[in-house]
Amino acid sequence: MSGRTLFDKVWDEHIVVPESEDAPAIFYIDLHLIHEVTTPQAFSLLRERGLEVRRPDLHLATMDHSTPTVPVSSLADLDVVAEPQAAGQIRAMIDNCRDFGIELHGFDSEYRGIVHVIGPELGATQPGKTIVCGDSHSSTHGAFGAIAFGIGSTEVGHVLATQCLLQRKPQRMAVTIDGRLTAGVSAKDVILALIGEIGVDGGTGYAIEYRGSTIRALNMEQRMTICNMTIEAGARIGMIAPDDTTIDYLAGRPRAPQGDAWDAAVARWRALPSDPDAVFDREVSLDVSGLEPMVTFGTNPGMVIPISGRIPDHGDDVSFRKALEYMGLQAGQPMLGTPVDMVFVGSCTNSRMTDLRRVAELLRGRRVADSLSMLIVPGSQSVKHQAEAEGLHEIFIAAGAEWRESGCSMCLGMNGDVVPPGKLCVSTSNRNFEGRQGVGARTVLASPETAVASAIAGRIADPRELLAA
Amino acid sequence: MEKIVRIESPTLVLPQDDIDTDQIMPARYLTTTTKEGLGDAIFADWRYDADGRPIPDFPLNQPGAKDCKILVTGNNFGCGSSREHAPWGLVDFGFRAVISTQIADIFRNNALKNGLVPVVVDSETHAWLLANPGARLAVDVEQRRLELPDGRSVPFPLDGFSRLCLMEGIDQLGYLLKHEDAIRRFEETRPWQP
Repeated sequence: MSGRTLFDKVWDEHIVVPESEDAPAIFYIDLHLIHEVTTPQAFSLLRERGLEVRRPDLHLATMDHSTPTVPVSSLADLDVVAEPQAAGQIRAMIDNCRDFGIELHGFDSEYRGIVHVIGPELGATQPGKTIVCGDSHSSTHGAFGAIAFGIGSTEVGHVLATQCLLQRKPQRMAVTIDGRLTAGVSAKDVILALIGEIGVDGGTGYAIEYRGSTIRALNMEQRMTICNMTIEAGARIGMIAPDDTTIDYLAGRPRAPQGDAWDAAVARWRALPSDPDAVFDREVSLDVSGLEPMVTFGTNPGMVIPISGRIPDHGDDVSFRKALEYMGLQAGQPMLGTPVDMVFVGSCTNSRMTDLRRVAELLRGRRVADSLSMLIVPGSQSVKHQAEAEGLHEIFIAAGAEWRESGCSMCLGMNGDVVPPGKLCVSTSNRNFEGRQGVGARTVLASPETAVASAIAGRIADPRELLAA
Repeated sequence: MEKIVRIESPTLVLPQDDIDTDQIMPARYLTTTTKEGLGDAIFADWRYDADGRPIPDFPLNQPGAKDCKILVTGNNFGCGSSREHAPWGLVDFGFRAVISTQIADIFRNNALKNGLVPVVVDSETHAWLLANPGARLAVDVEQRRLELPDGRSVPFPLDGFSRLCLMEGIDQLGYLLKHEDAIRRFEETRPWQP
């Protein structure tokens, strides 16, 4: 019998009832993360059926999606700054968590933030756990060697009521990434290159394990950027085996195990990496030693080119033509030099301290072009406070950028932070779908480095030139 | 949940590839706390102009669209977000099946819990469906086959449990709740606690 993968080890340990031809497995969930947008209908279902939350201690709630990024210190403030229906959703979240006994990081919590930023920050995200959330970017938590995936609201109800889901085991894909990243190239460029390589449906039906020397060299925040965008390649799950980097990150965090429990947990985590003879259903390799900064040109994350490249020509492919028409771009044209109206740094992909320190380093002593506006939204209140303690916000503001409270913000434009119709935004977020950042908004996905270079130039620019300057 | 054994209907075709859940249900409609009325919001940015008026030549705005229970799309449907508002809206509009060459994993799970049958077909059948909008088809859940008007019958993948849940209108939460003893035993005997 061949060895087991990281994914197999975590999966097998959470099977309550094994799957058969007639029924999926009953699969146990160790941590359920909750936000305001995809849960109200699930709580309503519990109320209608007179059900309790089975294990309130295994759920953790915050508000991020429709939550304002201008300061809100009370619910009275909320009614002033939020759209009425969004405010209603936030109030429903507060009531639901109170009524069902779930820990909520609301406006009064120093830990509030994007759900995929606070889970790791609190140390609630741990190797070997199963983690779900009504949000597809739950794949982020796989960076710790957890099985983490997005679910719909009906499944949110299942987890609340039973702590379990009905699941069939996906296939396993190994993505091996080797090579040393050159200056100005970062984790975001790696994952965009991979999506360009395998396509937006290349991972459908698979759980991915990322491995190789490039992955080992990344810190936890960079690994989260990689796993976060796994869903953009069609796979629900993207994992990285825990190592010293993972363990060092978790040590001392509020929800991490302490004392003897810590030692036991570390011993368990050390046994999780895939066995040397483990077999995957599909293997993909990527050499990133010559990788350039990557930028998208179309309306899905697979429509991506190196920054020195030109938009490909797909002839009369209707979908491709429609995408370019939406973006106001043409086949054969370079992305470099395209005028930019807005720059957004934020989202569960790129809003952590690694990203903000990098942005500050490149912005220091420089100015954002007068022709555009730049919004910087920290991933959590903890990130915000840390950035301010390091004085980064002063660099952002001095450069002419706006500095906000934490939240999902302009990644999906639910809270009023939107890109106007026809305007082009270079964004460190994860989706360039039509209308994602606002009706008619044009999104170019890029790394924080490329976002800053473009903000300074007023057009899409190569961050490596900024480093050389 | 409504029982679905067999769906017979003309198709409505949206030929675009990679239709994502932000197109099916734009995020600004997600601030609702119910499932009601989402059929009016599906494909909103393709369906209405800037003043909110229906764009006449968009397929969903054409006469008879509301009678189409089968949606045929370009390659790879439903990628992106986990928002169940997408299948809620499609079902509210009147669709009971969606046909493509690939259907994203999270969307597929959500569709199956709401009486929307995900039908994945080969590229030859798909090309015929795209070329023949309005064709009258049958999606036979019991047989797991798609029946075309020219007599062709094409199998599609659907696991036994999902098939049964669709045909019997089974509530999966009820199924899970019946396993309470197994869940408690699992919690009591697992080697570590989360």
